[in-house]
Amino acid sequence: MRLGVITWMALLYGAIWGGLWMTLTGLLLMLVSGLIAVPTIGMAALVGVVTGGAVIFFPAFQHSWRRQILLIVGVVAGLLLVTAGSPFSTPLSQKPIYQFAALFIWAALTVLSLTLCLDGYQAGGAKRYRIEVLVIRLLKGLGLVLFSVFVALPFYVMVMTSLKSQQSLLGNPLDFSIDFGQGFASLFRSYIELFTQFHFGTFLMNSAIVSVITVLITLFFAIPGAYAVARLRFPGQAFLSRSILLIYMVPAIVLVIPLYTVFSQLGLRNSLIGLLVVYPATTIPVALYMLQGYFRGLPGELEEAGLMDGLSRLKVITKITLPLALPALASVSLYVFMIAWNEFLFAFMFLDDFSMFTLSRGVVSLNSSEVPRQHLMAGAVVATVPVLAVFLWFEKYLVSGLTAGSVKG
Amino acid sequence: MTSAPSSLPEPKGPPTGVGALAMRERRLAYMMLLPTFFIVLSIVIIPLFANFWISFKSVELGDLRAARPMINEQLKPRPKADGQEVILRYRMRNSSKKEALRDITFSDEIPAGLTLVTDSNGQTGDGRCLVADQQINCDIGTLAGGERLDLKLPVVAGQAYLDNGVRPRDSKPLAVYETSNVLTSLDFTLANFEKIFSAQEFWNVLRVSFYYTIFGTVGALVLGLFAAQILHTAFRGRAVLRGLFLFPYVAPVIAVAFAWVLLLDAGPGGTFNAMLQQMGATSGPINFLGQTNVDVSIFGLTFQFPMALTTVIIFESWRYFPLSFLFILARMQSISSDMYEAAEMDGATPFQQFWYLSLPQLLGILSVLFLLRFIWTFNKFDDIFLLTGGAAGTRTLTVDVYEQAFAVSNLGAGAAVAVVVFVVLLTFSLIFFKFSPQDDG
Repeated sequence: MRLGVITWMALLYGAIWGGLWMTLTGLLLMLVSGLIAVPTIGMAALVGVVTGGAVIFFPAFQHSWRRQILLIVGVVAGLLLVTAGSPFSTPLSQKPIYQFAALFIWAALTVLSLTLCLDGYQAGGAKRYRIEVLVIRLLKGLGLVLFSVFVALPFYVMVMTSLKSQQSLLGNPLDFSIDFGQGFASLFRSYIELFTQFHFGTFLMNSAIVSVITVLITLFFAIPGAYAVARLRFPGQAFLSRSILLIYMVPAIVLVIPLYTVFSQLGLRNSLIGLLVVYPATTIPVALYMLQGYFRGLPGELEEAGLMDGLSRLKVITKITLPLALPALASVSLYVFMIAWNEFLFAFMFLDDFSMFTLSRGVVSLNSSEVPRQHLMAGAVVATVPVLAVFLWFEKYLVSGLTAGSVKG
Repeated sequence: MTSAPSSLPEPKGPPTGVGALAMRERRLAYMMLLPTFFIVLSIVIIPLFANFWISFKSVELGDLRAARPMINEQLKPRPKADGQEVILRYRMRNSSKKEALRDITFSDEIPAGLTLVTDSNGQTGDGRCLVADQQINCDIGTLAGGERLDLKLPVVAGQAYLDNGVRPRDSKPLAVYETSNVLTSLDFTLANFEKIFSAQEFWNVLRVSFYYTIFGTVGALVLGLFAAQILHTAFRGRAVLRGLFLFPYVAPVIAVAFAWVLLLDAGPGGTFNAMLQQMGATSGPINFLGQTNVDVSIFGLTFQFPMALTTVIIFESWRYFPLSFLFILARMQSISSDMYEAAEMDGATPFQQFWYLSLPQLLGILSVLFLLRFIWTFNKFDDIFLLTGGAAGTRTLTVDVYEQAFAVSNLGAGAAVAVVVFVVLLTFSLIFFKFSPQDDG
């Protein structure tokens, strides 16, 4: 047996992956099956150490999937052995299918992580370069797993809570197992009640109207403004474009008190019109900034050719510039839509009547002790799903458009 | 030597002044840009100044409704017989508690068949009202803030009144009056600023704001940098993960904040606490969002660990790391790979490559992101408001604006705190612009 840095690292990695995957599969088992289980993290880490040793001393495991399956079976047997047949601190006879599935998932993930991490390494020492590569593999792997859990957990809890009843959640808050036998109406009861009793149809409609009109108004003003800043020469160009961007830095909370005061006296406060005045004013600056960045990147020769051929400026914009800038328009629209849809402060301050509520405002009204929490979470899901759907649909535009204005190269 | 004849024209330089084409271009540009400029001006700059204005005024939420007389009329008892004498009663109240109403007069129509008891001139008993042609005109004079007035006028009901269905309430009394609006008057006071600066709470709020802003910004940047490193190299499922990593930023704050509140709930039904206890990590539930301080002892020394503030900072980092992740990833993918190949040849290790190649390249975008996130985090209101409502030592300046203006309903004090927010922000911006590298942004 050759000891050395790599060997020690392999054993350590075995402990880390074995323990981490046991924690996560144990949690998953609890959330999915409703079983009260305590994962045996220490034992799993121990078995992981042995697995790490196996992978580093017998590199043959790293490349043959048949041998890996053998290793997985061995790992499962090993954990069963050291935990005396109860890897989740509860007899295997309780929900055996779930427990065995979790056990095999744990073993498979542990073996997979270890073989990916240790790929190409053998027991013994190594140069600094090779050691750092190994460290980075672990960091990336851990980062991927932990980030995904960290990001997804609140969303998972949100969706699952909305499908459970208050009593069962209070009884066992880790039991997110869904009983599909209860039928559609019973499973989605909180959603149905939101739309039938809590006016969520109206809220959804209001949110959609406000967001779409905000996008249209924003584009209507931002496109000419951005074009002027990007293409035309005039005194005060830098001043005007910079001051519009600086305005984006003014905190909304500073604007709330005066706007509340003035809108109260003008009768605009408790109305969607009021929101439609405020939202575009807050989105136009950023839309203008994003668009002018994109317009600058378009080849000016095309427009000059258009001008030469006798098109007016407006025709040039509508016939040449805008078709070329479609990806940017899509990303700006999406971004503005997101801002308007998610906006909370002004909706919360301005709207009093149920008939005027946007979804953000509507969900807040569910946050009371009289409304069960699955309704609150169902409301949160209703508010989230449309904007996530739109986002996933246009994701690549958003990513390119958001970063186009600021990133060089 | 002969000098050049002076009659020759001076050589002409390039044309100066503005040509017709350039003028047209300018006019077009202003036409395209100025509407935007004025809209933003009217919704942002003017309210900003209005905020300054309000901060120097002693104004409460209730004062937003301008002072006006509320008049209620009543006929008592209800007349049953012809010739019965009853009382026509006008009760008046000044709706404002502070502002006086001056020179109030009101007129009202008396239904047919009711005859007010008057003297020969048409004046009622107390001399304040004049009756002519079933029309009553009363001169009330001044009502101080919150003052009430009760006018009782004896009246005789005739058969006509009993027969027709017109009742006194069918015609509304019309009042004419003068008052001054606290918002538009020229009385200024420094009381709001004195109040907020003298409160012990305020300095604490300021401190919490800075902690929240600095750690929230750094947290989001570090997480974003880490996430970008993970997703930089291509692998199967990268696109899916990139989408997933952006979820916290895209989802409505209201949804994710409440999801966190339920997740971290300390009562029965809190998922995260149940997990920790199940794992044996903690013995009892931890009140992540409701506890100001937790005693933590390390090596025998006991520290006060700000629990709720830390949770709120973690939420802030969780919600906004996607933005820095996105920008850093885009910047990393635009770095040419030649340099890394050259570094590989020279034997640079991965960490050396990150430290000496990637980080300097990312410094520009990192400083821009730091500036933006710093300002936006400082401005942030929704997150803390929804998570803790500003309780448990998490009250930042922005939450304080809301608390002062709308929870305590002292608009003036709220506006004063908002002025502080703006001044701090302006200071930041000036410092940042002075010291930040010129070529980035």
